Amino acid sequence: MKALTWCAPYKVSVEEVPQPKILNQRDAIIRVTSTCICGSDLHLVDGFIPFMKPGDILGHEPMGIVEELGPGVDQSKIRVGDRVVVPFMISCGECFFCRRQLYSCCDNTNPKSSIGEAMHGQATAGVFGYSHLTGGYAGGQAEFLRVPFADFNLQKMPQEFTDEQLVFLTDIYPTGYMAAWQCDIKPDDTVAIWGCGPVGQFTIRSAALLGAGQIIAIDDEQKVPERMQMARDGGAITIDMHDEYVYDRLMDLTGGIGPDACIDAVGMEAHGYTAIESLYDKVKTNLFMETERPHAFRQAAMCCRKGGTLSVPGVYGGFADKIPLGAIMNKGLTIKTGQTHVHRFVPELLEHVKQGRIDPSFVVTHRLPLSEAPRAYDMFRAKEDGCIKVVLDPAA
Amino acid sequence: MAKSTRNRPASTRESNARQTNRPPQIVQTVEQSVQQLNGRSSGLQNVGNPERAISIAAGAILAALGLRRRDATGVFIAGVGSALAFRGITGHCSLYQALGANTCPCDADRDDGVEVSASFLINKPAEVLYSFWRHFENLPKFMSHLESVSELDRGRSHWVANAPAIYGGKVEWDAEITADEPNKLIRWRSLPGADIEHRGSIQFTKALGDRGTNVRVEMEYRPPAGKLGQWIAKLFHEEPKQQIHDDLRRFKRLMEAGDILTIVGQPRGTCTGHGVRES
Repeated sequence: MKALTWCAPYKVSVEEVPQPKILNQRDAIIRVTSTCICGSDLHLVDGFIPFMKPGDILGHEPMGIVEELGPGVDQSKIRVGDRVVVPFMISCGECFFCRRQLYSCCDNTNPKSSIGEAMHGQATAGVFGYSHLTGGYAGGQAEFLRVPFADFNLQKMPQEFTDEQLVFLTDIYPTGYMAAWQCDIKPDDTVAIWGCGPVGQFTIRSAALLGAGQIIAIDDEQKVPERMQMARDGGAITIDMHDEYVYDRLMDLTGGIGPDACIDAVGMEAHGYTAIESLYDKVKTNLFMETERPHAFRQAAMCCRKGGTLSVPGVYGGFADKIPLGAIMNKGLTIKTGQTHVHRFVPELLEHVKQGRIDPSFVVTHRLPLSEAPRAYDMFRAKEDGCIKVVLDPAA
Repeated sequence: MAKSTRNRPASTRESNARQTNRPPQIVQTVEQSVQQLNGRSSGLQNVGNPERAISIAAGAILAALGLRRRDATGVFIAGVGSALAFRGITGHCSLYQALGANTCPCDADRDDGVEVSASFLINKPAEVLYSFWRHFENLPKFMSHLESVSELDRGRSHWVANAPAIYGGKVEWDAEITADEPNKLIRWRSLPGADIEHRGSIQFTKALGDRGTNVRVEMEYRPPAGKLGQWIAKLFHEEPKQQIHDDLRRFKRLMEAGDILTIVGQPRGTCTGHGVRES
């Protein structure tokens, strides 16, 4: 089968690899019908997460049709021929964390937990196509995918919607939703969101679904006018970080107290707000003295109102410098973060789609064959051709 | 989760007698143990016992003389004396370490075993965990260095461990259960005549609330005298501490999720255009 593999920083290729097979009792094999490129794939491809090996198959946003089930799969839950979405995190459903619906913290699905223990103290769940830090599982940018604990992980989907309307339930729609949900939004709250990429877009719409009074989105009007327009279409007021003072504008919009919730939907590869800060992080990351460029997080902490919430769906991998802990402590901020507990949100978010409150396909700008994935990565990274979200078609 | 590894003094029968002549063993990290096993210099004893006695005596005299002077020179002399005494008491000399010197004959009889422990919270009742473990033939399902365990009679069992390149690739021993408290505790140890001395125990303690059971495993392996250096690296695929920790994690996974996930056999690329299966 065809699969997209990582070969070196900034280099991916489409290769012919063996078909996946059942390796554990409760595995399923999925024929992938749609699979997406995620912003966090760029962190991996660009070498920001140092646990990639050449030949690793990428991709953690796939959906498809069940082709084969292992002998241990509970067939009252999942059957051959079912149309399914595959959450990007792999969970067991039985451990301490899964019982508390903290599915991305599952204890039992990461075969390489010792790496996570060394790096972070404790390991997260396994993730498809997301480096050896999360288990080294083959990813979903391929024609077929093996899914462990299939009767727990696979999410059955109805037939009446298109792939584009459902496929984002794998990751970015629940990720944007959890980012807003964990801010405990009240009707008179102002929510500010850094980053108008795909997760930022879903965060904007989720904040609206959760009843936020005012939504503000921050990005660069010069570089990504199409993303800023999409944010405005979703009901957000936009701040152009290129031409405006973000802090001043946020204070203007909130009567000087700052946003109640500040959400960093950018993560580790942020581009800076001031030349000195940018240069500082660039030098440190290039010397491996720092693994992140946390500009968005720093600014969010400085802008957030006293007693407010900082929510971080943006991905970080290691260590960051110059975190304004003084602002966080003295203002009494609450930090909420985490890889997304996808399974927890799928039923509720599917219901929003069914009720017509959201059509997740709004974010799609490109649908390309899997064979063109290397070009799609370059386009997505450079934000060329108005690229916001790419869906790949393995059958094309 | 907690785990520890200690080098234990002396495996042989007269170990207790010999132990009393030794300074208290210092708790070491695995890295130190492994270095020591590999014969590299460690942070531990590198001064022979006669020399240590001289060092302590001379150090004490110098310190006393120095303190009596009550001036700057006296403080200096007392400092040198204290350092000498400290060197004698610990048996470790940093200067010797820097020079690669060692006057301690300890290496010749360094036949210490390896003792490791690990604990995990497992989200299952103690009865389930106890009865699975009590059937020792289940152990190779999650303990990576064990090939098989077969139950004999009267609480005895026969153990076979993979050990490439020693003893023809395998070590074998018979073991007996020395304590068995249902749902609480099992202890076992190897019988005389084993390729290696082995003892182990597992304890099951109810965790707070609905969190399941705290499981703590302790194991000790002692090879025949003098064999440890060659033996240890070959029995364990990785550091003993890490391996027991990983084994117990596999036990947790088997108990909680019913399976231990693997990626061996999945497809992967090679960046040459033709992929392979993960090995």
